[in-house]
Amino acid sequence: MDWIQQLVNGLALGSIYALIALGYTMVYGVLRFINFAHADVLMLGAYAAFFIAPLSAKFFGAESLFGALAVVFVAAAICALIGILIELLAYRPLRERPKLTVLITAIGVSLFIEYVCQHEKVFGAATRSFPTLIPKHDIIVAGVHLSSNDLIVLVLTGVLLFVLWFIVQKTKMGMALRALSFNPQAAALMGVSVNRIISFTFGIGSALAAVAGIFYSMRAPGIDPLMGVQPGLRAFVAAVLGGIGNLPGAALGGIVLGLLETVAGGMPGVSNYRDGIAFAILILILLFRPSGLLGKTTVEKV
Amino acid sequence: MIYKGTKRGLLGAILIAVIVSFFSAHFNRYYQGVAIDVAINIVLAVSLNLINGYTGQFSLGHAGFMAVGGYIAAKLTLVFGATCAPWAQPLVFFAALVAGGLVAAMAGLAVGVPSLRLRGDYLAIVTLGFGEIIRVVFQNSETFGAATGLFGIPKWTTLAWSFGAAAITVYVVTCLVNSTYGRGFLAVHDDEIAAGAMGVNPTRYKVTAFVIGAFFAGVAGGLYAHLKTTLVPTGFDFMKSIDIVVMVILGGMGNTLGVILAAIILTLLPEVLRVVADYRMIIYALLIIALMLLRPQGLFSVRRKKGASK
Amino acid sequence: MRRLNFIQSASALFAITALIGLSGCGKPGDSNASGEIIVGEFASLTGKEATFGTSAHEGTLLAVEEINAAGGVIGKKIKLVTEDNQTKAGESSTVVNKLISKDGAVAILGEVASSRSLEAAPICQSSGIPMISPASTNPKVTETGNYIFRVCFIDPFQGTVMANFAKNKLKAQRVAVLTDVKSDYSKGLAKFFKEGFTKAGGEIVSELDFNGGDKDFKAQLTTIKGANPDAVFVPGYYTDAALICIQAREIGLNVPMFGGDGWESEKLLEIGKEAMEGHYFSTHYHPEVGSPKSKAFVEAYKKRFNGKTPDAMAALGYDSAMLLADAIKRADSAESGKIRDALAATKDFDAVTGKTLMNENRDAVKSAVILQIKGGKFTYMETINP
Repeated sequence: MDWIQQLVNGLALGSIYALIALGYTMVYGVLRFINFAHADVLMLGAYAAFFIAPLSAKFFGAESLFGALAVVFVAAAICALIGILIELLAYRPLRERPKLTVLITAIGVSLFIEYVCQHEKVFGAATRSFPTLIPKHDIIVAGVHLSSNDLIVLVLTGVLLFVLWFIVQKTKMGMALRALSFNPQAAALMGVSVNRIISFTFGIGSALAAVAGIFYSMRAPGIDPLMGVQPGLRAFVAAVLGGIGNLPGAALGGIVLGLLETVAGGMPGVSNYRDGIAFAILILILLFRPSGLLGKTTVEKV
Repeated sequence: MIYKGTKRGLLGAILIAVIVSFFSAHFNRYYQGVAIDVAINIVLAVSLNLINGYTGQFSLGHAGFMAVGGYIAAKLTLVFGATCAPWAQPLVFFAALVAGGLVAAMAGLAVGVPSLRLRGDYLAIVTLGFGEIIRVVFQNSETFGAATGLFGIPKWTTLAWSFGAAAITVYVVTCLVNSTYGRGFLAVHDDEIAAGAMGVNPTRYKVTAFVIGAFFAGVAGGLYAHLKTTLVPTGFDFMKSIDIVVMVILGGMGNTLGVILAAIILTLLPEVLRVVADYRMIIYALLIIALMLLRPQGLFSVRRKKGASK
Repeated sequence: MRRLNFIQSASALFAITALIGLSGCGKPGDSNASGEIIVGEFASLTGKEATFGTSAHEGTLLAVEEINAAGGVIGKKIKLVTEDNQTKAGESSTVVNKLISKDGAVAILGEVASSRSLEAAPICQSSGIPMISPASTNPKVTETGNYIFRVCFIDPFQGTVMANFAKNKLKAQRVAVLTDVKSDYSKGLAKFFKEGFTKAGGEIVSELDFNGGDKDFKAQLTTIKGANPDAVFVPGYYTDAALICIQAREIGLNVPMFGGDGWESEKLLEIGKEAMEGHYFSTHYHPEVGSPKSKAFVEAYKKRFNGKTPDAMAALGYDSAMLLADAIKRADSAESGKIRDALAATKDFDAVTGKTLMNENRDAVKSAVILQIKGGKFTYMETINP
């Protein structure tokens, strides 16, 4: 059952893109700029897990559920802090400046993180083996192979999406976030602490990136400082595809992109163009439906 | 404004370049190579400046145009240059460079037109996407060597060609922008909607900027190909585009002289920093961040009457 | 002000050129009276392929240190000047120009990637400086000219070795090929494998590509599985190969997978773990068939570099430097032309990676070994002689 297997492959890949895209879309929704450094937080999350895993193995035993949860939790927390720090140091001073300035700064931050981590004294450029956090099982249903890791990713992405949706729609913080994304000045006038909400957004976005990084590494246990670049770009395309600023859109975009890439990857003669698929989709979407699949078209006011 | 000395300046510059070039056999190859690199980067930076700086279209795919120009020019010289007589070589070279530039200009058209509706971040990502797509196309094209790329390209780029091209690029861009027609670029940069209301067609200016910028990037690509004698698709990736973008930012977007100086500094800096080669890229990244935080108008900004800043 | 701007910029341009160009007048090396032999090395120490460049560099460094500790060669010590090309295209020509024209190198060692070797080779050739590539396998590298050498075998040889291995030893009639379309090494090896395999009577049932650095291969592997091959050839690097083998097992593709020397690294086992069990690859040497020299090399490398086991790149880097020293000794001179002649005349050089002789194309003629991964270790299977 070739195509069912490919479907499963695509869904698994897509859910990781979805997870990363959620972070991009949250930051864009609130701040209206693309956080290029998001992809590198993904990488930092994976490395954080790499270093924490041996410690957790001592407490909880290797490859245990609790150990895995602890690792994910701590790594996410660390990355949330890093994200907040980046925002504080590099983006907050530029809040009043033109968007281009912040965009370039984001590129600078991304490059900085990548090159510092490539340095021998930090992580080194060599690929490292990501530790096994949970024992892997192969599930075979009607000839279709699914790895337990993939299943976990699928389920957890759904759960996290729901949790995020809940936070944004049903909590006070979430309401403040939505207010901020509609109109920053009005929100500030209504008593929303802009700085706090933005830090909160970055924190959550970065935590999501860290989790995505760990899942990504579970599927492909080779981590290196540049591992975030490709998935980051793809996830950004996914976010745009779904409608940037729109949470379910990001998830949908991720899944769709994952599926498209998988289909292309499995076709001889097209598989070598896989890199370009994401960008081709991006260009097509921006040409024909710039608000994305689920977004709303806004009229630009003079 | 009328430039009394401009044409004379251009011809003088080209003449000096040709004369200096005659003595090139006596120059140290390493330094000469670096000098030619400087000239090529000047062409790239000034051409990008037209798109990014003057017209305000933030393009992150300039390396793609460079790739197109380089590959086309190289392919032509590989096919025709081997068999032509020595006296015909400069002619073949010139034709190849221009051909490369023209095809790159067409690519610029292809990129410029869809990008019309996009602003800021989106435009940046789309141009990045185009740059990557161009790279992927070359990577998979056997005619252009695919992953191995093209090699054995005749080494025809000299100080004369490169500095001549730089002089011409600067001349064209500066004259263009300072002409009555060219004021339109700045108008589109400051406020597109107002410009449109005043009868300046933003579409036409944006596309023109892309086409001209791409043309010169293509010529630069051709010069690059005939200097390094090999071309690989990975040499024209996102990082290369960023390199050029940083030159434009450092120099101050919309400031030709500043951009030229920035190109010179950023080409020579890595050579000077070879002692701390380990930390070179880290310093580079910090430079970008510091620039944006402390002096976003670039190091050598020229005060221009600003319109509504966004 | 505007007028001044333009003329200013024009003069700025030419002042800079003049300064740069004239500052380099005269030939380098006049000041090299210290009695050292300057050898230039260029490698990708940072950037995407930093691991390979660093490995090769470490091997070369070890060799130079050993030579100097033993008193140098022809009475002089070797001064190794290493430049990083950051895995950037276009950098190699600049740094090799610097090594030759500014630092006065009499010979150049480098590079691992064929594309970067191809960039530097014309410069070495036209300057009359011999260049030894440790690991570039594209045949075109040495075709540049008679000053360009390599110490590794080339793609046509390795491709044929694996093709015959697949047909005769694995008894595979139907093979799928998964190529790294971003890597010229991978494409070259795949091409020669396909030629060799079809010539031996086999059938290539599926051909798919991936981009080096990708982490998801299930799409390609599922299609390959559907084509029912007896074995899968993956001519890529170990980082991708390990992931490919893991994911193949995950979707139930359980046929033998095999590759070339790009697989060789202990990281292959570290990352791939049990998924690597039972697969094969060809490479340059294995301790079991290695000479006492190669065993000594492994020990020395471990001692020098914190217990790391050397991979193929390190061994080849070591060999390139040792071969150069050997050639200088035979030529009894540090003059580039004489070194070149001595290199070309190499017959039976006892390299760590096997007995080497230079053929008329200046490619190393040496044997390949085929290894299998059994019990989590590389086990030796057989040697294929050229």
